[in-house]
Amino acid sequence: MMSGQEQTAPVRADEDARRLYAGMTLIRRFEETLLELFAAGKLHGTTHTCIGQEADAIGVISCLEPERDVVVSNHRCHGHYLAFTDDVDGLLREVMGRVGGVCGGKGGSQHLFRGNFYSNGVLGSTVPVAAGMALAEREKGTGAVATVFVGDGTLGQGVVYESLNIASLWELPLLVVVEHNGYAQSTPSRLQLAGDVEARAAAFGVASSRHDTTDVLEVRHAAREAVDHVRSTGRPYFLVLDTYRFSPHSKGDDFRDPDEIAERRQRDPLEVGAGLVSDAERKEIAAAVEQRLADAVEHALAAPVAAAEPVRAGAGQGRA
Amino acid sequence: MSVRCGQALNAALHEIFERDERVYLLGEDLLDPYGGAFKISQGLSTRWPDRVLTTPVSEASIFGVTAGLALRGYRPILEIMFGDFVTLGLDQVVNGIAKFRAMFDDRVTVPLVVRTPMGGRRGYGPTHSQSLEKLLVGVPGITVVAPSECHDLGALLSDAVADDEPVFFIENKLMYGRPNRRPENGRVDELSCAETGGRYPALTFSGNGFGRAEATLVTYGGMLPAALDAATRLILEHEVFTEVVALGRLLPLDLEPVLDSLGRTGSLVTVEEGTLTGGVGAEIAARVQAEAWGDLSAPVTRVAARDGIVPSARNLEDDALPGVEDVVAAVTQLERVGG
Repeated sequence: MMSGQEQTAPVRADEDARRLYAGMTLIRRFEETLLELFAAGKLHGTTHTCIGQEADAIGVISCLEPERDVVVSNHRCHGHYLAFTDDVDGLLREVMGRVGGVCGGKGGSQHLFRGNFYSNGVLGSTVPVAAGMALAEREKGTGAVATVFVGDGTLGQGVVYESLNIASLWELPLLVVVEHNGYAQSTPSRLQLAGDVEARAAAFGVASSRHDTTDVLEVRHAAREAVDHVRSTGRPYFLVLDTYRFSPHSKGDDFRDPDEIAERRQRDPLEVGAGLVSDAERKEIAAAVEQRLADAVEHALAAPVAAAEPVRAGAGQGRA
Repeated sequence: MSVRCGQALNAALHEIFERDERVYLLGEDLLDPYGGAFKISQGLSTRWPDRVLTTPVSEASIFGVTAGLALRGYRPILEIMFGDFVTLGLDQVVNGIAKFRAMFDDRVTVPLVVRTPMGGRRGYGPTHSQSLEKLLVGVPGITVVAPSECHDLGALLSDAVADDEPVFFIENKLMYGRPNRRPENGRVDELSCAETGGRYPALTFSGNGFGRAEATLVTYGGMLPAALDAATRLILEHEVFTEVVALGRLLPLDLEPVLDSLGRTGSLVTVEEGTLTGGVGAEIAARVQAEAWGDLSAPVTRVAARDGIVPSARNLEDDALPGVEDVVAAVTQLERVGG
C-alpha cells in the first residue's frame, strides 16, 4: 500500500537553511580532509571525492526519510553517506581501515552499508539492486522510496536500461538521480554519451526532469517534486542534475583544462549557497566542522587497525 | 512408480510457496500455461499471481533485482532459463551477491536461490548445453548445490531457500525427465547407497557393501547416471569394484565423503560434464592429494568434456561430452604406483 504524500516535520526556514549549508560544509571539508590524509601518506587504498557536487547530496537527501527510505550509492558515495547518516567517524575509520569503520574496514571508501544506506563500486550494478529494494518496500507496503545515485558515465551501462524498463513496467518506487558532472572518470561526455539524457527515461515511460544548478535550494525543490512523484504515484522518476566535480576523479588523476575548472568554481555550491546563513553563522559552522573532523581524525588514528577474521569452513584457506 | 525429477522440483516449489510468503519467483516465461521453459515453475503463477514475476529478457538486471529483494527481507528464487545465460548476470554475482555479506561486515544476508539447468545431450548446441558451474565454484561467498537424480530434490531445494547464503541450485536438463531414484533400504537398484547428514548431503554408492574396492568415482549432478552405469559395467565386464560419490554441494567443498571412500579404494577418478581445464575435478584433485597423499596408490584422473564447444549434431555432441566408456576407461587405465 502506498502511504500517500508524507512530509517530514516542518522546520523553521532559518534552521533549515543552516542545516543545508552545514551539511554541504561537512561534506566539502570531509573530502578535503581525506585528500590531505592521502597526501600525508596516512590513507591506504583509494577514494573518489565529490567536491563540487555537495548540493546534490544535501538537496536530494534532505527530501528523504532515513528511517524508511533506501539510498543506493556508487563509488563516489561519501557525500550521500554523510547526508543520509551523519556518520563521520564510521566513514573515516572505514576509509582508514580502523576498528569502528562502518564495515569493519572490509568495504573501504566505496562499499558502505548502514541502516538503509548501501553503496557498491561497479557502475550501473546498483540500479537493478535499488529496483529490487524498491520492489521489496512496495511489497511490504512501507511507502519507502528507493533512491539510486549514478553519474553520466554510468549511462554507458546496459543494465541501467534493463532496470529502467523493469522499474516502469512493474511500477517501482525508484528514484534515479543522475549527477551529470560531464566526465566519466577522465573521459568527457562528448566522447562517451550520445543523444539526449532525459530521452532515455522517456523511452521507458519514466517521468524525468533536468536541472542545471548548484543551488542547493533549487536542487532540493527539484528533488522534492521527484520524491513526491515517486511516493504518490509509486512510479519511478529520473532526475538529472547537471553539476561539476572540482576534485580529480580519484586522487591525482586530473587532466582537465584548469580554466574549465576555474570557470566552474564560479558556481561552487558553497558560494552559491553562502546566502543561506549569515557571516557569523558561516564562521560558526566552519569552526564546528573543523573541530568535528579534527576529533574524528585523531580518534581514527588512535583506533586499532581492523583485525582479520577466519574464513568459513569448507572455503579455501589460501593454502592447500 | 517414483516421480520424475522435474515433478519433484515443481512439487517442492509449491510447498515452499505455501510455507513462506517471503518467497518470490522471478524469471523469464514463468507464467502459466507456459510455466517456465522446462515447466518446473508450472502452476505457481496461477496459485500465487502476485509472487511470481515474469521478467523481460534482462538477466543482468534480474540478478540485481533479486539481490535487492533478498537484502530487504525476502527469499526470492530466480529461474535462469539456461545455465549458459548466467554469464549475463555474473557481475551481480561476483561483485554483489557473493560480496555483500562479507564486505558489509556480516550485517546483511542475501538469502536468494538461483535455479538453473545446465548440461548437454539434447542437441541444443554450443550456447545452450554447457555445464558452467565451475565458473561459480571459483566465486567465494556463494553456495553451489548440484543435486543428482538420487538426491532428495525437494529437501535440497527447500534447504536452499531456507539458507541465509546465496545458493546456486544447478539442475540438469536430462534429469528433469528421469525418475527421482531415492535410495530405499540403503540401496539404489543393485548398489548400496549411504547418505551423509545435514544440508546438501553427498551419496556414496558401492557394489560390494562398502568392502575394499579399486577406485572412487567422484561426480555430481547429471553425470551420476553415467558414473553408476560405469560402476556396474566395471563389475560385470572387468570384475572391478568401485565406489561412486555424488556430491550434493560443490561450494563450499566438503571432501569428507571422498576421503572416507578413498580410505577403502586408494584411487580417485573425477567425473564431470563441464570442460576439463579449471574444472571442479581439478579442485577436488588438488585438495585430495594435499589431504590424502598417503591413501593414493595412483595419480588422480579426471574425466570431463573436451575443452571446446558442445556441438549440436548428436554424434559430435556425444564425442565432445564424457560418457560411460570414458569413465570405464579411466578406471581400467589407472596407473598404480609400483603396480
